[in-house]
Amino acid sequence: MSKTTPDHDRDRNRERDSEATFGDYGGQYVPEALMPALQELEDAYERYVLNNEDGFMDEFRERMRDFGGRPTPLQRADRLSERYDREIYLKREDLVHGGAHKLNNALGQVLLAKYMGKERIIAETGAGQHGTATAMAAAHLDMPCEIYMGRTDINRQRPNVYRMRMNGAAVNPVTAGSGTLKEAINETMRDWATTVETTHYVIGSVVGPHPFPKMVRDFQAVISQEARKQIQEQAGRLPDTVVACAGGGSNTMGTFHEFVPDESVDLVAVEAGGSSLEIDEEANLAPNSATLSTGTDGVLHGAMTKLLQSEDGQIVESHSVSAGLDYAGVGPELSHLVATDRVTPASVDDDDALNGFHRLSNLEGIIPALESSHALGYIEEHTDDLGDLVVVNVSGRGDKDLETVLEETEKRDLEAAPDVEVFKE
Amino acid sequence: MSDERRAERDSRETRTGSDDQERPVSDIEAAIRENDPALITYITAGDPSLEDTKEYVEALDRGGSDLIELGLPFSEPIAEGPTIQAAINRALDAGTTPQGFFELVDDLETEAPLLVMTYYNMILQYGTSEAHSASDSRAVEPRGKPDVRPFVERAAEVGLSGLIIPDLPAEEADPLREACDDHGLDLVFIVAPTTEGERLETIMSQVSGFAYVQARLGTTGARANVSGATHDSLERLSEFDVPKAVGFGVSEGDHAAEIIEAGADGVIVGSALVDIIAEHSSDGDAADRLEAKAAELKRGARRGAGEAVDAEDVPEPEQP
Repeated sequence: MSKTTPDHDRDRNRERDSEATFGDYGGQYVPEALMPALQELEDAYERYVLNNEDGFMDEFRERMRDFGGRPTPLQRADRLSERYDREIYLKREDLVHGGAHKLNNALGQVLLAKYMGKERIIAETGAGQHGTATAMAAAHLDMPCEIYMGRTDINRQRPNVYRMRMNGAAVNPVTAGSGTLKEAINETMRDWATTVETTHYVIGSVVGPHPFPKMVRDFQAVISQEARKQIQEQAGRLPDTVVACAGGGSNTMGTFHEFVPDESVDLVAVEAGGSSLEIDEEANLAPNSATLSTGTDGVLHGAMTKLLQSEDGQIVESHSVSAGLDYAGVGPELSHLVATDRVTPASVDDDDALNGFHRLSNLEGIIPALESSHALGYIEEHTDDLGDLVVVNVSGRGDKDLETVLEETEKRDLEAAPDVEVFKE
Repeated sequence: MSDERRAERDSRETRTGSDDQERPVSDIEAAIRENDPALITYITAGDPSLEDTKEYVEALDRGGSDLIELGLPFSEPIAEGPTIQAAINRALDAGTTPQGFFELVDDLETEAPLLVMTYYNMILQYGTSEAHSASDSRAVEPRGKPDVRPFVERAAEVGLSGLIIPDLPAEEADPLREACDDHGLDLVFIVAPTTEGERLETIMSQVSGFAYVQARLGTTGARANVSGATHDSLERLSEFDVPKAVGFGVSEGDHAAEIIEAGADGVIVGSALVDIIAEHSSDGDAADRLEAKAAELKRGARRGAGEAVDAEDVPEPEQP
């Protein structure tokens, strides 16, 4: 058996074609200066990722095992199972090195950049998890690294800023607009357009121009490759429902990818419902990040996908209590899977996400990222929509979110929350 | 647009589609070829208001612009540097919409043909918002599918001569190019320092109006000197018989001279003009300064072409 055979028994999803689109979505809407770099990346993706040239994928898997800590467990959540009267399993991506699934992609891309002979790494980050993962991968592989991060996100995600700097990365604050992920992406695109000949841009999700959405998905697909095998070993069959939170959609696609051909498995993408699903055109603001549920088709950051936008086509500011979901776009493949009814979009508001955070912390001894807390909020609020055997992806751990959670919890009367007054002393 | 120019353009619109072997010379190509060396100027529509933009465009026209690019602001201008990004933000804060933009263009009387420079999402959404406002029966399905045609139709109606879309590479441009061909508008493509080999051939086979030669890697913005990439790019393009205009970083008459001397047919200036607007729109003398700056750039271009230029001579636009 070839070393490159994935862990599970079928290799069904490999798309070896060079299609830049998923149905109506995807493509390459970028300045001309970047087009040759995308072509170069496409060639590298095909050679190293799809065809394992020079043993690239072998090295990637080995490093993910030894440096990254894979495979992650699929854990039966006993108290949640009891609470909901069905089997709930948690895919523990919070146990990946760095505390989130983000390393799967960051390590893959930094390694790829090295194989391509690039000299410098740039990336953007929202919650800081992707920036942290990229900084770690770059330090591990000895590559210079700069991270762009919105000013607002820097303020609400300090621990990750420190971690990036500890790992030797420069963190460049972005002050434009609301100072969140959208602005950081614009700024990173500008850097890339200037330095494209020597620099690789590690896009942090299944967004952006082709081949990023496919390549990032392939690096993240390890989540569902493991989960699919593990649930069959542990529960003896495929799950009825797989639930993952969705911002840009990288852990979502990673969690869903191997299950997409399994038509008996319901795939639910849970977005940030924020405080309301309505767009306030006057304020140019969507008080949510529920792009799959409420967005409309358009072009942003290199791809045709679903967007939160005004009637004129201006991208509106999004909102979520979770910085990692706070993005007005979403991966084009997810838009396609929703348009073709393979993935069900859902949304959970800030309050229910915070309750999800506290519930998992209380009941299972796992402090989840606020992103993942949306998926946990969903299974509480939509228990009747779940099948008997459920896999929920815990995309990351919540240490980075503690300050936000305390502050936001204090403002609200939350059923699942402990007394937060005590923290003020 | 002026009635004379409209009549002139209508008389040239003889082609029936993109298959025609003999393409008539477009407004834009004619403006560059007839005025070689040509000055192409850019400002952002709605910065700081659409009324001001009208005044500024007319000033640029008087100053000797042979083509004028008007930016239709989009909230995510990934190809722009800080200067134009700030202008776009000012325009959006002032409430600039595609509808207001088209009304402005319809109202303008310039000698120089006008182009719109914007991002692809603005083109796509014009169709959906039109569909939305045209029919109340879409309550359940509030937006139409994105469609490039309503924008192109309206652009032709108000007298625009072409489009530049910095985030639309040739690979993705078929729908827009077909719509532009049907309405006699040019779709201008950018040639970057990284564009070489087969890609260059592909783009040049699709160029209409002129080739927008990007002088350096990166985003728009005034720079202190002209990049060596300009010379290399112009040399790579020398075998193609289309007008070539160089932009990204041009801010002074001397740059214009150098670029024309290197073999370009035109120079494109944006950020240096936007800087003038940012600094002087509140003083009330931005229009005069824009006119003078255009004149300086035009003189520089002529100098680069080896024409004798009186330093004090502010060229009058050529009368038709």
